[in-house]
This record gives sequence, structure tokens and C-alpha cells, in this order.
Amino acid sequence: MAETPSLLQVSDISLSFGGVHALTDVSFSVNPGEIFSIIGPNGAGKTSMLNCISGRYQPNKGSIVFKQQELIGLRPNDRCTLGIGRTFQNLALFAHMTVLDNIMVGRHHLLKNNFLSGSLYWLGGARKEELTHRAEVENIIDFLEIAHIRKSIAGTLSYGLRKRVELARAVALRPDMILLDEPMAGMNLEEKEDMARYIIDLNEEWGMTVVMIEHDMGVVMDISHRVMVLDFGKKIASGLPDEVMAHPQVRKAYLGEDDEPSEPATESQLSGEVA
Amino acid sequence: MASAHSRMKCGEFRTTYQQDTTIFPTPLARRVAIGSVLFLLIAPSFLNPYFLNLGIQIGYYGIAALGLNIVLGFTGQISLGHAAFFGFGAFASAWLNNTTGIPVFFCIPLAGAMTMALGLIVGIPAGRIKGLYLAIATFASQFILEDFFARADWFTGGSYGAMANPFALFGFAFDNDQRYFYVVLFYVVVMFLLGANLLRSRDGRAFIAVRDHYLSAEIMGINLTKYRILSFGISSFYAGIGGALFGHYLGFVSAEGFTLLLSIQFLGMVIIGGLGSVMGSLFGTAFMVLLPELMEAGVGLIGHNAPGLTQALAYIKEMAIGLAIILFLIFEPDGLAHRWKMIKAYWKLYPFSY
Repeated sequence: MAETPSLLQVSDISLSFGGVHALTDVSFSVNPGEIFSIIGPNGAGKTSMLNCISGRYQPNKGSIVFKQQELIGLRPNDRCTLGIGRTFQNLALFAHMTVLDNIMVGRHHLLKNNFLSGSLYWLGGARKEELTHRAEVENIIDFLEIAHIRKSIAGTLSYGLRKRVELARAVALRPDMILLDEPMAGMNLEEKEDMARYIIDLNEEWGMTVVMIEHDMGVVMDISHRVMVLDFGKKIASGLPDEVMAHPQVRKAYLGEDDEPSEPATESQLSGEVA
Repeated sequence: MASAHSRMKCGEFRTTYQQDTTIFPTPLARRVAIGSVLFLLIAPSFLNPYFLNLGIQIGYYGIAALGLNIVLGFTGQISLGHAAFFGFGAFASAWLNNTTGIPVFFCIPLAGAMTMALGLIVGIPAGRIKGLYLAIATFASQFILEDFFARADWFTGGSYGAMANPFALFGFAFDNDQRYFYVVLFYVVVMFLLGANLLRSRDGRAFIAVRDHYLSAEIMGINLTKYRILSFGISSFYAGIGGALFGHYLGFVSAEGFTLLLSIQFLGMVIIGGLGSVMGSLFGTAFMVLLPELMEAGVGLIGHNAPGLTQALAYIKEMAIGLAIILFLIFEPDGLAHRWKMIKAYWKLYPFSY
């Protein structure tokens, strides 16, 4: 692993809002092709970490290198063009657009037509380009099984479907690395199973590196290649899922134990309501 | 017989993505639109100049209203200076034609481009500020431009105003209502097609994305600053074209016509028509232009019984517009375009309402 350069290298990131230290000297790296999960109790700084990577927040110090390029100082839209896609914890769809248009927005940086050629539609080749990308978008719609709602207004959909449309929109960017912020929050078991399958397919068949925040320990342990644990803005452990789960500090952060338990916790205990 | 039935279609079937991305949702809607344009092509032969004049007004105001809808309805940015851009287009076209001798035919799109350049400059604050603050910034641009119109003698003729030559093509002057109606109709069709195309392609979607959720739009690779400013530019382009058509219709452009009141009327057109609806811009404009005329006709009908009404006509017209905007905001905030959709849905589903 050490020879292959990492896709994302985060070094000594610190972020504070006034006196609140959201992140303190967090470093980690994500290798190409892996599913990397970030876990931790509420308020641990997981989403802040994703926001630093995608450009919503500018960290106070540290560096984030993606594909050998420094991201600090780049605008979010430029980071998107470099190949970073993401979904949001609290849904952030374009509520008045159809599902199809939402996903087509994801093609924005891949499309070439502008307001002039777009206005002339039939004359400047914009139609041909739009239709080519429409076919691409339909592939994604098929893959995520949302064909039946492609003409629905995004704001009218159920929560689970909206999550799926958001994933579709991020996939439409064709990113090299996709950041998923709690892709399974608020879903029932069946929806979670579907979502887990989509994430694995994205990783294995579409070749996307996945960085995921998730509270459902069962899912995290099953599909992640590596896991990092944050607590109060500090990294307390990282490594293979089983190693991380056995880590005493992790158990303390999650279960709030003062004493070491007499026997190692089983996975079923840990996969309970940890949020 | 059975085989003939089995081949009959029930409803619209689309077998290509091209069929699925047309401007008009159904072939019927397209036929109705083409039919309306054909009807309007023969309309000047039998409509009297009064109605043609109303049609022309709806045309040039409608184009400007579409511009305002692009910035307000589609990009979600308030603009209180639309009348100033409308006026700038009127002056720019007259000025270009008077000073350089470029035919009016070319001056109108050039005036649109000049107004767009101005809109891009005035739109720069929009890259930074939002909501009420932006409203005040555009409000300021309205007053700056009004002042400019009154003082820039070289450009606008100052307080005397500017003469605008009639629209002419190959020596044929479109100098009366019958003829000018075609010029405006041509521009309405072209501008609304351009607008509809814009909004079904990349940059139009970017505008709507910025309106609906600017943070996630940015994550989707959309440069917020660029699109906020561009939206003002494109909106101004439409205002400039509408204004230029207005100027060459009246033959005379005077600074008094482009006040904040007209800006508010544009807002009314867009709100009544439907924010975020291309055709709604035209519906709303028609409503705003026709409502005072209907009031006048109504007062004329019952006026001999109530002479006080005739005297109060001017106030009744103003109040009717204000009342219409309030009623629309309460009962149909999505505008006429939405009401029209509901009516269509009602007929489609009749007699079952589900």
C-alpha cells in the first residue's frame, strides 16, 4: 500500500469557530479505490471534515492534497471539477426541479454549452450534447432504480428516494472520489441494504473511491476497507474496521464506559443505537 | 379490427430522448402555440389599431418581463432596477441609430448587447450580496440610471429626450401599428424561444440550481459569482431588446417613462404570470396591460349611471393593479402559469379529480 500514492492526503487540519475547536490536527489519507469511513459521536467533527475537503469551510491550518494538488484556497466548484463529488447530511436537492434536471445539474462541469449556444439549442450543437449527457444520466437512473420518478419534482419525494436522487446527482459528476455524509440516516432496513449495495457497486464497478460518514456500525463494519474515528475534533483511531472496534478509546467514546468491560464487546452490541 | 385497436396509442409515447426534451410538453401544446402565432400573423388584417397597440405593448413589455423572470424567477435574485435597463435599451438603440446610422434592424440587438454589458456591471454586487441588500443595491442602480438619463445629453438628449427612427427593412418602414405588430411578434417569438432553450440547457439549469440551493450548486461545480452576475446580464439583454422595441415604436424616448413605478409593474407582471415560468411572463404582462383597459371599458359601460366613476377612473386603474397583485399573492402565489396547469390537469382527469 505504501508505494501507491494516496488519492487524498489530509495533514494536520485544524478548524475552529470562535472558541469551539471543531477539528484539531487531524491527519489521514485515503487510498485510491477504497471505501473509507469516518465515524464518531455526534458533534465529533465528521461533517466539518467533509466540508473542509469539499470546500464549504476553510480550515485554519493544515493541508489537503487531492491527486497531488493542494485543495486549500480552491473554491468548491473548482474542487468539483478536479473530481470530488459529495452528498449532504441534510438533503440539499434542488427542490423545484425534476429529478432528471437535478441529476443533469451534476453534469454541469462536463457539459460545454453556455448561455449563447444553449439559447440557440438547435444551431450550436447544444441539443446533441444535452442528449448525449441525457443518455449518461439515464444510465445512472437505471443503476439507482429511480426511473419511475425521473419526472417528479424533487421536493415532493419521500426521504429515502430523495437520498437516492442526491446520490445520483453526485454520481453524475463522475467524481474520482465521492463523499457521502450519512447516506443511510433515517432509512429502514431494506433501504439501507439497497444503499449499501449501491455504494459497493459504485466502488467496485464504477471505480469510485468512497469517503463515508455513517452511524450505522453494522454497515460501516461490513463495507468499509478502513475506518477513522473522530471524537471532539480529534482523531482517536484509524485502521481496519475490526482493529478500530477493539480500540479502547473508541469503545469509551461510543459507550461512555469508565471501566474496561470484562469481556470484549460483540459486534451486535456495537451495531446498536450508537448515535 | 382487433389488430387495429391493439395498435392504437393511448396517450403520448416518447421513444427518444429528443422527444422527451422538447420545449412544449405535448404535440398538442406545440400545435396550439404555432396556431396562436399563425392567428397573430393574420390578426393585423382585421383587428383595429387599438387592439394592435395593446398587442404591441404586451409584446415589448413581455420580452422585458421574461428578462426579469430569468433573474428573479429562475435565479432567485431580486431586481428593482429593471425599468432602468428597459430605458437604457430604448436610448441605446435610438442613440446608435442616430449617431452611427446603423439601420434600426441591427440597432435593436446591439442595444440589447449594450444593455447586457451594463447589466453585467450593475450585477457585480449580486455576486456578493443577497436578499434585501441586493434589492437596495438594484434600487440604487435604478436611481443612478434615471439620473444618468436626465443628464447625459449626448446619449439621451437629456430632458428633451431622443428621437427614435422607425424600424425599416430594405427601405420598407414599419411605421404604423399594423406593420410594427409583425416586428414585435417576430421578436416575441425569437426571444421566448431563446429563453425556453436557455432554461432547458446547461446554464439555465445552473440558474435554477443557484436559486434552489446555492450551497449544493457550488458543490456541483457551479461558479456562484459567475452565474449570479451572468443572470443579471441576460436579464438586461431581454430588457434592452424590449426597451429598444418600445423606443422605435413610440418614435420618441423620454427619461420620464422609466421610473421605479415601471420597475414595480415589471415585478407585478412576473409575480402575476408566475415566477419561474417562461410563458407565465407573457401571461402576466397581458394581464397587467389588459386589466386597466378592462377597467376603462367597464367604467365606460356603467359610467352614464355613475358619473363619479368616470372621474375616478385613473385611481381605479391604479388600485385595480395593486389589488390584483395582492389577490394573486394570497390566492395564486405561483401565478397564472400555475393556474393554467391546474385547469389543464382538471380537464385531463375529469370527471375524477385524482
